[in-house]
Amino acid sequence: MTAVAVNNLSKVYATKKETIDAVQHVSFDVARGELFGIIGPDGAGKTSLFRMLTTLLLPDGGSATVDGSDIVKDYEAIRQKVGYMPGRFSLYQDLTVEENLNFFATIFNTTVGANYDIIKDIYVQIEPFKKRRAGKLSGGMKQKLALSCALIHRPVVLFLDEPTTGVDAVSRKEFWEMLKRLKQQGITILVSTPYMDEAALCDRVALMQKGKILSAGTPASIINAFNNTILAVKSEKMFQLLRDLKAWQGTEDSYSFGEYHHAVMKKEFSEEQLQNYLVEKGHPDVEIKPTQPNIEDCFMQLMQS
Amino acid sequence: MDTEKIIITEKLTKRFADFVAVDAISFFVNKGEIFGFLGANGAGKTTAMRMLCGLSKPTAGKATIAGFDIYRQTEKIKKNIGYMSQKFSLYEDLTVKENIRFYGGIYGKSNIFIKEKAALLLHQLKLEKEADKLVGDLPLGWKQKLAFSVAIFHEPQLVFLDEPTGGVDPVTRREFWNMIYEASERGITIFVTTHYMDEAEYCSRVAIMVDGRIEALDTPEVLKSTYTATTMDDVFLQLARKAQRSELG
Repeated sequence: MTAVAVNNLSKVYATKKETIDAVQHVSFDVARGELFGIIGPDGAGKTSLFRMLTTLLLPDGGSATVDGSDIVKDYEAIRQKVGYMPGRFSLYQDLTVEENLNFFATIFNTTVGANYDIIKDIYVQIEPFKKRRAGKLSGGMKQKLALSCALIHRPVVLFLDEPTTGVDAVSRKEFWEMLKRLKQQGITILVSTPYMDEAALCDRVALMQKGKILSAGTPASIINAFNNTILAVKSEKMFQLLRDLKAWQGTEDSYSFGEYHHAVMKKEFSEEQLQNYLVEKGHPDVEIKPTQPNIEDCFMQLMQS
Repeated sequence: MDTEKIIITEKLTKRFADFVAVDAISFFVNKGEIFGFLGANGAGKTTAMRMLCGLSKPTAGKATIAGFDIYRQTEKIKKNIGYMSQKFSLYEDLTVKENIRFYGGIYGKSNIFIKEKAALLLHQLKLEKEADKLVGDLPLGWKQKLAFSVAIFHEPQLVFLDEPTGGVDPVTRREFWNMIYEASERGITIFVTTHYMDEAEYCSRVAIMVDGRIEALDTPEVLKSTYTATTMDDVFLQLARKAQRSELG
């Protein structure tokens, strides 16, 4: 069964100076129990999309349902059924950890006790600080509290808007492990992120840029759709190597990629031709090896096509 | 003074009451390097960086930046460095041009210098059409590029970049790194923090901070072989997981 169905959804912001098409005819479905990622940079339209789906913003076109309820007509029903963790910390800074949690439970006509099982895993980590004001918590603890508050009414669908932005690599890993456990409890999760590597942790993803979905599917299917050969290239002079790769006729695109550069090859050119060209350009030590594209390669190709 | 080393620290320490935010770190940065400074949230990166910029007084230890002492010559340090903070150092309600003029003025550059350099800069950034737009109306990627350009507008010897590339698309992120390489080729030393581990690979050397101390410092290649890791992400995770203290708010 479908948990979220989005059909041609659009949002336009008009100011005196200009109109911004924040979300443009976006369509996708999220199945019940799925962990679905919206992957895209700042300005892609992720927040506008989430705010429409959580009934905080009215769409300018198209329609959508969450757990079968219409996001315009049935907004009251949806508010009971969804949990939303906005990108910015929006709990009450001068209430304590415990008070915040009780407050959110009460708003939804329930108690912390009734739903403790669902947050237990996360809440035990901040419980030692339950008498501390939320404003005095560290970034990681604030995040755990916000997640607990978004879950305390046992939502059917959980929306997380950029929960890992600005978070270090270790905390990001931990956060995704928490999401995996929530998924096992049957909660449908929509999560947005600007980190391309997090796509691999989702069941399915939509890659989003400038209000549009570039591609959607399982991470594997998006990677399979990448049609070119990618060669990983390395030499002593990496910056010069990149310039030489960009200047060559045989590459469709080339860019740095960690330790190596990636050369996206045009079909009619071979590894050997690249090797000869680079040796001639003064990279006698050049190392070339075929490599698999990942979501970041796909994203860059899609956003430039 | 050792002219080849632009940063030298010796047991540099910062305590807040009982809490040792930076715990006796000793390291150096060579002139012309792209030096990566990594660590989990709360490891002490920002505190260390603020001391190196002359913005925060150390509790103990020594350091010189471009040959200037971080206790007594902070004003000279500030003239010789650039700093781009996580939260932009640009004024959102000034235009692009006004921001450039403002920073040029702060660093005491002449009107002619500012005018000529601003024109060149706008051309390089392809921002000529946006010159009279408010910075607040620019996309994040452009703001980041402009903030970097403004941070090196006065041609400092050394620039500190605190998580300069968060949130932007992968193409823009790489364009930003090209700007870093270009500045580095012109002889500006780069000191950069990031949460993107692929960016750690772009650095000449990388220091990893854990609980206020520098746990590892070397080229990405040596670090990977020391920790028998295939990526800098693995190296970072191995080290950062050892952290005992939780992050600060």
